[in-house]
Amino acid sequence: MARKFNVLEHELVPAHRVLSIKEALRVLRTLRAKPEKLPWLRENDPAARAIKAKPGDIVMIERKSHTAKKAIAYRYVVTG
Amino acid sequence: MSVENMINKRIEKIRGIIPESILEELREKVGKIPNLTPEELDKIIELLVKEYHNALVEPGEAVGTVAAQSIGEPSTQMTLRTFHYAGVREFNVTLGLPRLIEIVDARKTPSTPIMTVYLDEEHKYDEEKAKEVARRIEVTRIENVARSIEADLFENAIRIELDPVMLKDKGVTVDQVKRIVEKLKLGAAEIELVQENDTSVIIVRFSGELEIAKLNKAREKIMNAKIKGVKGIKRVIVQKREKEYVLLTDGSNLAGVLGIKGVDPTRTTTNSIYEIETVLGIEAAREAIIREINGVLQEQGLDVDVRHIMLVADIMTGTGKVRQVGRHGVTGEKESVLARAAFEVTVRHLYDAAARGELDELKGITENVIVGQVIPVGTGMVALQMKLRPESKGEN
Repeated sequence: MARKFNVLEHELVPAHRVLSIKEALRVLRTLRAKPEKLPWLRENDPAARAIKAKPGDIVMIERKSHTAKKAIAYRYVVTG
Repeated sequence: MSVENMINKRIEKIRGIIPESILEELREKVGKIPNLTPEELDKIIELLVKEYHNALVEPGEAVGTVAAQSIGEPSTQMTLRTFHYAGVREFNVTLGLPRLIEIVDARKTPSTPIMTVYLDEEHKYDEEKAKEVARRIEVTRIENVARSIEADLFENAIRIELDPVMLKDKGVTVDQVKRIVEKLKLGAAEIELVQENDTSVIIVRFSGELEIAKLNKAREKIMNAKIKGVKGIKRVIVQKREKEYVLLTDGSNLAGVLGIKGVDPTRTTTNSIYEIETVLGIEAAREAIIREINGVLQEQGLDVDVRHIMLVADIMTGTGKVRQVGRHGVTGEKESVLARAAFEVTVRHLYDAAARGELDELKGITENVIVGQVIPVGTGMVALQMKLRPESKGEN
C-alpha cells in the first residue's frame, strides 16, 4: 500500500478508547455485568490495534447513533 | 442569570441520562418559550425524564422477536427482482430480498461488489482530475489497450498491435506496455517495438523450437498482464454528486483503493461487509450492516425502525467477528442443545450432546417451550420479587 492510513479516521469507525482500570471497574459496576458479558472486541481488530488494546482491556466506544445522536458502548478485548 | 444559562445548567444535569438528540430538541423547544420561569423549566425537565424512562424497553421484553417480525413482515412485500440501477444505467446492483439475505448471511463477497470512492480536496471538484484517479484504480490489462494480439506461427512470434485511442483513454504509454511485456516471464524471447503507419506494434520473437501450445499460452499471459490499477476493480465510472465527483467501481478492494493517491480514505466505502470488517474493524462493520440493511429497506419504500436493524447488527457483531444469522452463526452457536436441535439437523445435535454429556440449563426460550415451562420473557423472567430493605428506611 502506498500510504499508511489510520482506521480511526474513517467515517465508519467510531472513537475507541481504552479505559483505565478504575474507569473499567466503575463501568462494570454500573452495568452489573462481568466483562465477558459485554460485546467483544478482538485483539487483532484493526481499530483495537490502532489504540493498542490488549486482551482484558475494556474499550469505550463513542458511536454516532442513528437514534440518540451519540451513544456510548463498551467492548471487552479478547484474544483472536 | 440569563434564561440561556439556566437552560444550559439544567441540561448539563441530565446529560448522560437522556440521549443527546433529545437534549438538543429540548434546548431548541424550550428556548422558544417566552417568559420561562425556573419552576416551569424544572417541571418540564422532570416530565421529560419521566416520559423518557417510560419509553424505554422494559427488562424481559422480547426485543428479538419484535425485531424479527418488524423486519420480516415488510420484507415479504419486497420484490424478488434482483437487479436495479444504482442511479446510473451502467451499473447493476443486487437489491431487495436477495441483498438482504446476503447481508444477514454474512457472505464473504457480495454478488455485486461495489465501492463508492470519494476523492480528496485536490481531485473532487474537477472531472479531469477525477478521471485521472479513476484510471489509477481501474485495472487495465494489455488486452484493453491492444487492437489485436496475434500469434504469428511463421515467425514464432506474438504481435501486439496497440490501439492509440485506447492508450490515450487509459493514460498508458507505449513504453509502459513494452516494459510490462519485458517483465513477463515468457522464456527466451526478443522484444521489439516497431512503428507501422500510425500504430505501434510490439513483437515478441521466441527463439527455439516452434510450439503452438507454448505460443498460445504466452499470448494468453500477455493479454491478461496488468498494466496498472487495483486488483479486483473491473470498471470505474465517474459520477457527479452535488458539487463533488465520486467514483463508483465494479468490484471491491477496500485495502487497495484506500492507498491510492487522490482518494479520500476517510469516506471511501464498499458494500462488502467482510472487507470493512477486515480493514476497518468490527465497529465499522456494525455500522455498515445497519446502513446496508436500512438502505435496502428504504429503497423498497419500507419503513422499519432502525432500532430493530441495530439489534440485528449488534447480535451479528457481538463476538467481535461478523456472524451470520443462521446455522453457522447466531443460531448454531447457541448454548442450549435443545434450542439448536429445534432449529436444524435435530438428531445430530442430540447425538453429539449425548456423547459429550452436555447439560442444558433451560435458560432460553426454545428449551423452555420444549419442556413445557414458563418461558423467561416478560413476567416469566421473574421468579420471585422481594423488597430487600424495609420501606421505613426511605427510598432504596
